[in-house]
Amino acid sequence: MRKRDWFHRGKWMLMAAMATLLLAGCDNRYLVLNPKGPVAETEYRLIVLSAVLCAAVVIPVLALLAFIIYRYRDKPDNKAPYKPDWAHSTTLEVVWWGIPIVIIAILGYFTARTTFALVKPPVTDATPITIQVTSLDWKWLFTYPDQKVATVNYVEIPAGVPVQFVLTSDAPMNSFWVPQLGGQEYTMPGMAMRLWLQADHPGEYFGQGANFTGKGFAHMQFKVIAKPQAEFEAWAQNVRKTAPAMTKEDYTALAKPGLSETRTYSSYPEGLFEEIVKKNGGQEHDHSMNHDGMTHTP
Amino acid sequence: MEMFEEIKSFASTFFVTGDPLIYGADVAIVMTMLAIVFVLTYYKKWGWLWREWLTTVDHKKIGIMYLIASLLMLFRGGVDALLMRLQLAMPDVHFLHSEHYNAIFTTHGTIMILFMAMPMMFALFNIVVPLQIGARDVAYPFLNALSFWLFFFGAMLFNLSFVIGGSPDSGWLAYPPLSELSSSPGVGQNFYIWGIQISGIGSLATGINFLVTILKMRAPGMKLMQMPLFSWSVLSSCVMIIFAFPILTVTLALLFIDRFTGAHFFTLDGGGNPMMYVNLIWMWGHPEVYIVVIPAFGIYSEIVSTFSKKTIFGYKSMVFSMMIISVLSFFTWVHHFFTMGAGADVNTFFAISTMAIGIPTGVKVFNWLFTMFRGRIQMKQPMLWTLAFIPCFVVGGATGVMLAVAPADYQYHNSYFLIAHFHQVLIGGVVFGYLAGIYYWWPKMFGFKLDERLGKWGFWFWNIGFYVCFMPQYALGFMGMTRRVYTYGWDMGWAPLNFVSTVGAFLMGIGFIFQVWQIAYSIKHGERDLTGDPWNGRTLEWSIPSPAPLYNFAVLPQVNSMDAWWEKKQQMQQGEVKQEPVKLEPIHMPKNSAIPFVMSFFWFIAGFGFTFLWVWMAVAGLIGVGICLLVRSFQYDTDYYISVDEIRRTEKALGRAV
Repeated sequence: MRKRDWFHRGKWMLMAAMATLLLAGCDNRYLVLNPKGPVAETEYRLIVLSAVLCAAVVIPVLALLAFIIYRYRDKPDNKAPYKPDWAHSTTLEVVWWGIPIVIIAILGYFTARTTFALVKPPVTDATPITIQVTSLDWKWLFTYPDQKVATVNYVEIPAGVPVQFVLTSDAPMNSFWVPQLGGQEYTMPGMAMRLWLQADHPGEYFGQGANFTGKGFAHMQFKVIAKPQAEFEAWAQNVRKTAPAMTKEDYTALAKPGLSETRTYSSYPEGLFEEIVKKNGGQEHDHSMNHDGMTHTP
Repeated sequence: MEMFEEIKSFASTFFVTGDPLIYGADVAIVMTMLAIVFVLTYYKKWGWLWREWLTTVDHKKIGIMYLIASLLMLFRGGVDALLMRLQLAMPDVHFLHSEHYNAIFTTHGTIMILFMAMPMMFALFNIVVPLQIGARDVAYPFLNALSFWLFFFGAMLFNLSFVIGGSPDSGWLAYPPLSELSSSPGVGQNFYIWGIQISGIGSLATGINFLVTILKMRAPGMKLMQMPLFSWSVLSSCVMIIFAFPILTVTLALLFIDRFTGAHFFTLDGGGNPMMYVNLIWMWGHPEVYIVVIPAFGIYSEIVSTFSKKTIFGYKSMVFSMMIISVLSFFTWVHHFFTMGAGADVNTFFAISTMAIGIPTGVKVFNWLFTMFRGRIQMKQPMLWTLAFIPCFVVGGATGVMLAVAPADYQYHNSYFLIAHFHQVLIGGVVFGYLAGIYYWWPKMFGFKLDERLGKWGFWFWNIGFYVCFMPQYALGFMGMTRRVYTYGWDMGWAPLNFVSTVGAFLMGIGFIFQVWQIAYSIKHGERDLTGDPWNGRTLEWSIPSPAPLYNFAVLPQVNSMDAWWEKKQQMQQGEVKQEPVKLEPIHMPKNSAIPFVMSFFWFIAGFGFTFLWVWMAVAGLIGVGICLLVRSFQYDTDYYISVDEIRRTEKALGRAV
C-alpha cells in the first residue's frame, strides 16, 4: 500500500513540475519563450508545435504505464487477466509503428518548411542592413560596413529592420546567440556565416557566446540595443564624430586573449573583417561553400 | 644547488600544484595505494591477485573487474559533477576558478561516457552473454583480457592527469582549434588523446570479440531468432562499435599528429579545417550514445519479461527496431551542430533522420508496456529501475525529438535545455539500465542478492534527485543559460533554479552512498542464492549455479525455443522431461596469461611518453608492446582440458547431480 502512495505522490510532483514549466513562459526571464522579433517568433512557434506533438504521445504513454502497473501488479487477489504466453498482435504493432510515423511526418514537414524559410531575410518593407561579427578571446567585435563604425561587447541595431549578421571568429569557434531575437549560429575561423535577425521593437536584448572557448568564455556577454531607425543613424553619426578610430595595432591588441569593457570606435581599418576571414584560411574554401546559409566573403 | 633548482622547477610543472583539492587528492591516492599494498602483503594475497585476477582470461572475472573499475569511475565522475554543481549553486561563487571548472567538466564528460558507461556495459557483456547463449567463454578469451587491461591502463593514464601534468580542459570532445597546441599548449590534451586511444583499441577488440562469440558460439539449436534480447542488443551494439570506433581512433590520431608534428589537419592556418574534426568526432560520437543505450534496452527487455512473468511482447519488432536504430545512428551526426549552418538541405535531412530514430524507439516502449499488460508485475529492484526508466526515457526522448527540429535547435543548442536532455536519456536510459542489470545479474556474479531495503532507499534518492536536478535545467535553457559557463551574475535570474538543481545532484550522490552501503551490507547479510535461479528467470544463465563454475555449463544445453530455460521449467513441471543420463566430456579451456596485463602496461608507458613528448619513453613502451606480440605469437601451450572427474567434483560441490 505504501508503495502506491509513493507512486501517486511522485505523479503529482511531476505534473506540478510540468505545470510550473508551462506557466513559466509568462515570466519574462524565459528569454526563448518571449520572442521579440520575427525569427525568434517563428522558432518559438515551432517549439510550441513540437512540444504539443510530443506531449500528445508522452501523456497517453505515461497514463498507460500508470494504469498497467496498477492493474497488473503481482498480488494474490488481483482479478485482472494473466496471459503469460500472449506475445504478439499484428493490429497493435501496426498501430504503434503507425503513430510515431504520423507524428514524425507532421513534425518533419514543418521542420523542413521553417528550415528553408529561415535562410531568407524576414519579410518587411525596410532595407536590410549588414553587421559583421567577430568573436575573439574573450570579447565580441562588431563592425558596421554601412555606418563605418565599430563596437566591442555591444551592438546597436535599427528596430523593425532585418539585420544580416555576418559571423566569423579570430579565435576558437564560438556561437552568436541573442535568444529573444532568434537562434544562434557558430562563428568559425575562416568562414563568414550569415544569420538573419530582427528586433520588432526598440529595447535592450541579452546576447552571449554559446560555444565554449576556454578561460574567459563565461564572460562573453553583450547587449543588443535596438533603436528606431532615425535614432540608430543619429547614434552612428555621433560615434563617427566623437569616438576614437581603431587602428590595426588597436585590433591586434584587442584580439589578444583577455576580457574587455564595452568600446566604441568611429572607424576601423578598411576591409578588416574580410582580412580576418582570409587570414584564417578563408581562401581555401572558395568554391565549395557557396550555397544557402553559408557564404564566402571574398 | 643548481641541480636542486632544476628538479624543483621540473617537479612544479610535472605535478599539478597550487590547489587544495588536488593536494587532498594526492594524499588520498598515496594513502589508498599504501593501504592496498599493506593489505595484500599482510594477508599474503599478491600471488592470489596475480593468479586469479591479473592474469585471468575467464569472462566472468573480467566482467567483475570491469564492474569494479566502472563503479570507481562513476565515483570520480560523480565527484566532478558535484563540484560543478557546487560552483553553480549560486551566482558569483569563487569555489573553482575558470580553468579548474573547465578541466572538471571535461573530465566529467569523458570519464562518464568512456570510462564509466563503456566498461559498465562491457562488464555486463562479459558476465551475461556467454552464459545467456550457452557458451563456455567468449570467442577470443586472450583478446578479451587484453581489452580489459587496455581499457584499465587507458583510464589510469587519463586519470593521472589530475595530479600529474594537468587535466585536459577543452571539453569532452575537444574541438579544435581550442584543443590544438595554439590554444591548449599543456599536456592535458595529450593525456586525453592517449587515454582514449589506448582504451579505444580495447573497445574495438571487445566489439569484434562479442560479435564473433554471438555469431559462432551459441548453444546447439539456438537460432538467431531464438536468442535472448540482451544478446541481440549486444550484437547490435558490437556492429556499431566496429564501424564507429575506427573513426574515433583516426580522428584523435590526426589531432595528435597536429599537436606533435605541427601538421595542419584541424588548425586555423596552413589549410586546416576544424569543421572536419567536428564532423568526424560526431560520426563516432553519435553512434557511441546508441552503443551504450542499446544494451540497456536489451537489459530492460529481459527484466520486463522476467518480472511480469510473461513472454516479451513483439520479439521480432524488438529485434528489428534495434537493428534499424544501429543503422540509422550513423546518419544523424550533423544534429549535434545544426548551428554550423551547413545549409537548409543538409539540416533538413539530418533533422528528419534524427526524428526517424524516435519511431523504432517508440515501438520498443510500447512493446515493453504490452509485455507487462496481462502479466504479473513484481516490484523487485531490477524492475523498479526499469519502471523508473520508462517515464524518464519517454520524456527525454520527447525532448530529443524537440531538439531534432533544426530551426528550434538554434534556440536550444549548447543551452541547459540540451544538458537536461542528454542527461535524461543517459542517466534515465543508460545508467538506470545498467543499474537494473547489475541488480538483476548480481546473484549470478556473486551468489547473493543485494539487500532490498537499502536498495529502495538508493533508488528513491536517485530518482527524486534526478528530477530535482535536471527538470530545472530545461527551464534554465529557456532562460538562455549556456553550458560550460563557470559562473553567472545575479541579473539573469538563473540563481533559484540552479540552486534547486544542485540540491538534486546531491540527492543523487546520497543515492550512490546508499548503494555502496547496500553492497557492503549485502556481502555479509545478503540473501544467498542456492538455486542459481533467484528470480524465476527465463534464459540459460539461470539454469546453472550462482556463481557459475569456471566452465559455465557441464553439458552444453540443447535449445529448441525462445526463453529456453523457462520452456524447460514448464516441461519439467508437466513431467515431460525424461532424466536422460548425461555423458560428461573433458572441457577445453584457455590458459591464463600475463601478456594482456604486461602488454597493456607497456602501452601505458608508451602513452605516458607520448603525453610528455618524451620520445625515448614512447619508443621503449612500443618496443615492449612489440615484444609481447612476438612472445604471444610463438606461444603454443595456451589451452588445457578440465577432466571429467574434476567436472563431476565441481558439480557435486555445487549441489548439482551429474
